[in-house]
Amino acid sequence: MVPSHNGNNKQTGTDTVKRGLAQMLKGGVIMDVVTPEQARIAEEAGAVAVMALERVPADIRSQGGVARMSDPELILQIIDAVSIPVMAKARIGHFVEAQILEALGVDYVDESEVLTPADEEHHIDKHQFGIPFVCGARNLGEALRRIGEGAAMIRTKGEAGTGDVLEAVRHARAVLGEIRRLSTMPSEELMTYAKSIGAPYHLVKEVAETGQLPVVNFAAGGIATPADAALMMQLGVDGVFVGSGIFKSGNPAVRARAIVEATTHFNNPEILAEVSRGLGEAMVGINISTMSSEDRIAHRGW
Amino acid sequence: MRIGVLALQGDFLEHRRKLEGVDAEAVEVRLPEDLEALDALIIPGGESTTIGKLAVKYGLVEPIKAFAAQKPVWGTCAGMIFLAKDIGREQPLLGLMDIKVNRNAFGRQRDSFETDLEISRLDGGPLHAVFIRAPLVTEVDGNAGVEILARLDDGGIVAVQQKHLLATAFHPELTDDTRLHKYFVAMIQTS
Repeated sequence: MVPSHNGNNKQTGTDTVKRGLAQMLKGGVIMDVVTPEQARIAEEAGAVAVMALERVPADIRSQGGVARMSDPELILQIIDAVSIPVMAKARIGHFVEAQILEALGVDYVDESEVLTPADEEHHIDKHQFGIPFVCGARNLGEALRRIGEGAAMIRTKGEAGTGDVLEAVRHARAVLGEIRRLSTMPSEELMTYAKSIGAPYHLVKEVAETGQLPVVNFAAGGIATPADAALMMQLGVDGVFVGSGIFKSGNPAVRARAIVEATTHFNNPEILAEVSRGLGEAMVGINISTMSSEDRIAHRGW
Repeated sequence: MRIGVLALQGDFLEHRRKLEGVDAEAVEVRLPEDLEALDALIIPGGESTTIGKLAVKYGLVEPIKAFAAQKPVWGTCAGMIFLAKDIGREQPLLGLMDIKVNRNAFGRQRDSFETDLEISRLDGGPLHAVFIRAPLVTEVDGNAGVEILARLDDGGIVAVQQKHLLATAFHPELTDDTRLHKYFVAMIQTS
């Protein structure tokens, strides 16, 4: 259970420590990797962390079947391969997968809609863990429910494995727009607003007062180019996850480096133009507007 | 007073807010020309490998070294690593401070912690310090003028100063205590 003391006046697993790691990742790119070699390429390109998984979302989509937590053997190999933080995914509601990831020494758990959900009503009680969690959200209510459950970092869901940034933009605009609205709302309206978006009142009140989420907020789901990353940064997120977009492209090392540079220099069009040149083929992608609703995964999570 | 915050990656906004809270002007530094007309520089927490690679790519290493020859620089966590001469592995470094640093010295994120720390130059009792996958100073060169400002209970060195260069393994930018930012401002005024 957390937080805990270790007898040396040190407290581990506190909210400050959990949220703090996400603060150190800001302005950076977190990359999906499926082998230790890919993890090393990501670190070499300047990734701030890697997400260890067996299949990138594009392959989960095309191959189908139940998508679960990765083999611990693979996760340990990736942990050994790099010096940067290693994240790994657990299924929504699958708290035992999360316990296993904690025991392996994973630095962050992504309770992810990209995997097949294990519970149709409940997410993991993330307060029970000493390591931090990141969760996806499509709007402010969903973000604050996850934070209420103990998430120490939020990301847009986007539509993973498509290479189409449309949904990530929609979710970032929704969350950030609702925060802007809240920050000008009279205090007597906050309870009704909390009820209408299904969010804990104390978090709604906190966001109204501070004008920002209490945790770091990244973009994820469909980011495939340096311009996509810079777009999300200009919209106001703190950093980006890139899933299939790097290792499903023609030249992963070059593209990875370009996306890292674009995330730092997101407000500098000259540099964005320079880093976007000659990257080889982007991932082919799927146009979200032509997808059937059963094929979409962003609606997973409650 | 204008203080730059290296904004390649990491928690530079947290430093900005702390600086504004002690009435200093904060300037984000991403390119060499951003160093012009600054009185000092802070290198924030973040991933030291990422910050180092971007600093090399955008030609910041030599300009920061030249800047630090005269003006105060403070590194927190990743910033401490970047300032060190030796970290026992290959990655881009400024090599400005005569210290040896061990990255991720406490282990993985589950070993990250908060604790109260006595800092020799600060009045007003212990400072609450946050250590995130933090580094530790394993050797200091006293002959080169490196002074130890703080140790953990077990003796581990977590804050050092070498003339006008300051390095902390923890993150004063993550707490409400402004004493270390004020201390840095005082260093700038006397340098």
